[in-house]
Amino acid sequence: MVSGKTIGKPAAKRANWSEWLQQTVFVGPGLIAFIIIVLIPFGMGFYYTFTEWNGLDLGNAKWTGMTNITRILTDDPRFWQAFWFTAKFTLAAVTVTNVLAFLLSLLLTQNLRSKGVLRTIFFLPNVIGGLLLGYIWYFIFVRGFGAIGEATGIGFFKLQWLGTPETAFWGIVIVFVWQTAGYMMIIYIAAIIGVPKDLMEAARIDGANRWQILRSILVPLIMPAITICLFLTTSNAFKMFDLNLSLTGGGPGNSSESIALNIYREALVNNRYGLGTAKAMLFFFCVALITITQVWFTKKREVEA
Amino acid sequence: METRSRTSSATLLLEIAGVLAALLFLGPFYFLIVNSFKKLKDILLNAASLPETWAITNFKKAWVAIDFPVVFMNSVIITSISVLALVVISSMMAYRLVRRPTMFNKLLLTVLVAAMIIPFQSVMLPLMRITSLFELRGELYGIVLCYMGFGISLSMFLYHGFIKSVPLEIEEAAVVDGCSPYGVFWRIVFPLLKPITVTVMILNVLWIWNDYLLPVLVINDAMTTIPLAVQKFFGQYLRKWDLAMAALTLSTIPVVIFFLLLQKHIIEGITAGSVKG
Repeated sequence: MVSGKTIGKPAAKRANWSEWLQQTVFVGPGLIAFIIIVLIPFGMGFYYTFTEWNGLDLGNAKWTGMTNITRILTDDPRFWQAFWFTAKFTLAAVTVTNVLAFLLSLLLTQNLRSKGVLRTIFFLPNVIGGLLLGYIWYFIFVRGFGAIGEATGIGFFKLQWLGTPETAFWGIVIVFVWQTAGYMMIIYIAAIIGVPKDLMEAARIDGANRWQILRSILVPLIMPAITICLFLTTSNAFKMFDLNLSLTGGGPGNSSESIALNIYREALVNNRYGLGTAKAMLFFFCVALITITQVWFTKKREVEA
Repeated sequence: METRSRTSSATLLLEIAGVLAALLFLGPFYFLIVNSFKKLKDILLNAASLPETWAITNFKKAWVAIDFPVVFMNSVIITSISVLALVVISSMMAYRLVRRPTMFNKLLLTVLVAAMIIPFQSVMLPLMRITSLFELRGELYGIVLCYMGFGISLSMFLYHGFIKSVPLEIEEAAVVDGCSPYGVFWRIVFPLLKPITVTVMILNVLWIWNDYLLPVLVINDAMTTIPLAVQKFFGQYLRKWDLAMAALTLSTIPVVIFFLLLQKHIIEGITAGSVKG
């Protein structure tokens, strides 16, 4: 009994120590990286929001209270232009991307011989970075479209695509859709394949036409995929940066400047890090709001289904 | 008989529609490729025509101008080390969080998942302060650490979902045989995670390879990656379309090859990654 106790105590201690060591080894490295790179800077952001801070002297921020916030809310038309641009862009890009992706997925779940090749082609633009795609399309809008316009006489190709705010807006939408539709298509295809064949067959035997099958059976059954795609496209479109920088650089004027680009320029071009951080925090709250709304909708749908 | 011929002609129509859409999707690549072979004056004359001769002069010049071998290797080094580091730390962390769901570990999981909604822009400016404070800027380990921090949430989350389905019995048998906890993980569990490891690697390779903003902020000129080199090139040689198109073609080739080789895994990985994420 006595000897058992004296042996048991160090053993328990050793087990305890081993648990601690394991926790440190398994969790430690990732946790440290996460804390240093994400958690601390994010926390610091709340402080820098209320300071005057510039890039030349990163260690020296001066507390200015609500100055930055007031300035953004009352005296920063360029930021609000960027905000509305981003909102409109997100709406257009999400709609067009998902409609096209859904149509492509319907096409590629038919019994086509070229299915595999087509899937590869539609997905291809997605693996190339937004910055490179932006430059490729810059050339196409500036030189390529003109050449097609001359050859065919079609007015669509003769526009100064990057020269007016309206067309620059749709120019970015086109490239965004081209880049993202293939990705969403893959998700839709996976969902459509997962729909039980006999359900569709039963509806067909009951005399439902194609449109009715699509609307009343297919769409409700792939709702989770639709939610995922809407969420991914919304979040990507709202945070767009690379493509914006390389394709239009925010131009003409500042008409096509996204929020992400506006924040970047406020800090790295105008050298106002404090103001940039304040905008970035506002940006965070917008993104969080969109995400939380989206998750809330998903959960609601899942309960209904 | 009649219905069959009707469906097959409908299928043919769909097939044609698909091919036309695919040609439209490939259009930009046509412009990119043909113009990389043309002389500047031919591009200005007609950007849609085929080149008169398929000369590789532009490629030779662009190769030197963007220092292609160097920036390519920089991209390879930064991407591969960051991805390997992410696989190691996120799989280990996920394993621990699944097998020891203590209060702390549950909280950690929640925080990491919640952090996925933080946009990069909301972290980047204070991060510049941190990277200069810890002397991470301009160092390879600095950018690797950054990618570890930004990437761990999604990677760990993907592993977490997968490890939950790995049966405990195999591990218990190994423990009885005298295997240490670390041995159990690396020799028994980690090999079982191969499918999700492939997904994690592919998603991270595509992200890091194409990433522009983080490297701009934290690396120095000696470590310039492909996207940065292209951006710099465009700043200097705007409207020198012949070189620009060749440089863009060169820069696009590696990731396209990566995609074509691993296509099946990439598409599976994206389906898996998005359904969970």
